[in-house]
Amino acid sequence: MLHMKSKNHLLSELIPGQEALISAVHADEALHHRLAALGFRIGNRIQLMRRGRWAGPLHVRLGATDVMLRQTEADLISVSPQ
Amino acid sequence: MKRIALLGMPNTGKSTLFNRLTGSSARVANWAGVTVDLSSAKILLGGHIAEMVDLPGIYDLHGFSDDEKVVRHLLEGHPIDLLAIVVNATQIERQLPLVLQVRSLGLPAVLLLNMADEAKRNGVEVDCARLAAHLGMPVVLLSAKYGLGQVEAMRVLAQALADASDVGPARRAQLQAVLSDDVRIEQETAAMMAEAVTLPLQLPEQVSDRIDRLALHPWLGLPLFFLAMLLLFQAVFWIGGPLQQGLTWLFDQLRQLALEPVAAQLPDFFHGLLLDGVYAGFVTVAAFVPLIVLFFFFMALVEDSGYLARAAFLTDALMAKLGLDGRSFVMVLMGFGCNVPAVMGTRMMRARPLRLLSMLVIPLSLCSARLQVFLFIVSAIFAPMQAPWVIFGFYLASFLTMIVTALLFRGRFKSSEPFVVELPPWRVPTLRQVAMRGWLEVRHFLSRATRFIVLGVIAIWLLTNLPLGAAPGSTDTLAGQLGTLFVPVLAPIGIDEKLAIALMFGFVAKEVMIGAFAVIYGMSGDALSQEFARSMDWVQAVSFMLFTLIYTPCISTIATIKTESKSAAFATLAVLWPLALAWLTSFVFYQGMRQILA
Repeated sequence: MLHMKSKNHLLSELIPGQEALISAVHADEALHHRLAALGFRIGNRIQLMRRGRWAGPLHVRLGATDVMLRQTEADLISVSPQ
Repeated sequence: MKRIALLGMPNTGKSTLFNRLTGSSARVANWAGVTVDLSSAKILLGGHIAEMVDLPGIYDLHGFSDDEKVVRHLLEGHPIDLLAIVVNATQIERQLPLVLQVRSLGLPAVLLLNMADEAKRNGVEVDCARLAAHLGMPVVLLSAKYGLGQVEAMRVLAQALADASDVGPARRAQLQAVLSDDVRIEQETAAMMAEAVTLPLQLPEQVSDRIDRLALHPWLGLPLFFLAMLLLFQAVFWIGGPLQQGLTWLFDQLRQLALEPVAAQLPDFFHGLLLDGVYAGFVTVAAFVPLIVLFFFFMALVEDSGYLARAAFLTDALMAKLGLDGRSFVMVLMGFGCNVPAVMGTRMMRARPLRLLSMLVIPLSLCSARLQVFLFIVSAIFAPMQAPWVIFGFYLASFLTMIVTALLFRGRFKSSEPFVVELPPWRVPTLRQVAMRGWLEVRHFLSRATRFIVLGVIAIWLLTNLPLGAAPGSTDTLAGQLGTLFVPVLAPIGIDEKLAIALMFGFVAKEVMIGAFAVIYGMSGDALSQEFARSMDWVQAVSFMLFTLIYTPCISTIATIKTESKSAAFATLAVLWPLALAWLTSFVFYQGMRQILA
């Protein structure tokens, strides 16, 4: 019933183009709700599209929704790369 | 081996507690029937090895978010011997309902009140024995962060696990019964979705992605965006310029052929008030309306296409250095149309310091009303070849003042607002949609502007013509006397008493200023332009325009800042700071140029 999966990473550690499943969201309640509304939920598939220049925001895709978020917020989201 | 599941709302310190209880032995595993990976670990409890699973944080056991479904599916599909419910003790009132929902499942449970330290600081006291009696489950107060109460928690968990009998068929039936409604709703939703709704699972490699590859290109993205904005402005003037000239000609014809003959019968005073005051002032402003309309339509086009959201992405890193974010940049761009909606637009920011800093910066963006003033003066003073570059220079100056302001004030308005913004797909805006949006903006703008323009030009005409008998526009008039008051302050920056009057009224609304020129100088059209060129040199003109660009937001903007910030003190700062910055900038420019050119 249990089988090992790849180790958990942070969303901010993905490389552009890489896909992953969200495994945890460590935000405070207000941000947690906001992230959930945009599709940042455990089990959802997420793809890093690109990073902004000069440590700019990350462009990610969740299903049909594209979202940009800063490195700081991306550090709150754990993913398991696929 | 018995199994304990850790359940609770997000951010109750559940995962911290899990890590404390299990040490570093946790691993991520895939559970049958559940789509996500969950952490689990083996721990030693009362001499027995048990497995502990960390469930996703949920707000409602009967909710239908993905996390909530995961928790239900796991409880249904896998035998759980003990539920450890984690509650943030400071928010116990809001979180207790979840405990009661979980209790109704009929599984053995323990309530762990986490963040005991914080609760104590906030004056929240919990009588654990009483609560335990009511709930019919053991209650432990602890702090996962500091490890307080951990030994007690382990003891209680071990005891409860030892007491927990095997999950018999009766218990299973109760659990199924409690969850059956949710299962039915889930199935029905899935069935309806399958039959009646088509969701794009993974959008095909679309045009949007291809545009993004260029528009969000690490090196080309920003230059391309500014190029696009430059073309937009060019288009506005290329189309709007001839329209403006046509309109000016039309207003002139109307005055000569229709109004003059009628007004000839009026006494001098009313003839002057109506034609040289109201009419001359109003049409000078009205001639710019086609430009403004075009400007708003093009802005609506850019906004609806999704390009503005891309601008936020491209500029966020730079804006962060100024203590702002990508959304502030978008609002500054909107401010080039009109500052008022841009100030209102800061509502989407939650952190107050970020909002305030944005509101301090936005009024410095060169709005379309100021643009009218600059177009008028620049075309009077500079050669047609130079004019576009001078205007471009003022946009640069506008950005520079914003950067200086943000750098000076970012320490005072510090914030850590999360930046999470949806990036809409590229859209081809429909003509109807753009026309609608553009028209709304234009109507808003015109109603705001006209209110002040008519009243403004009447007031200016009266001031420049009273008392009766004084030579119009001379220092004997009320306006002349008022203007003279300002001479000591404005002379060092090259602004004379006539322009001082215009500045006074520009405080009400910037577009009143060109109406004011017409009234103050008693002429309009080409004659007014020639008078301008004759009465000042380019250094004075630029100094005056710099002052006009920065000196203070118009009344509508100030009122909006006051309403949005709910602070008279902040609104005062938003008036006084630009005033000081304007005078300093003009002073440095004017005196510096005089030194250089001397």
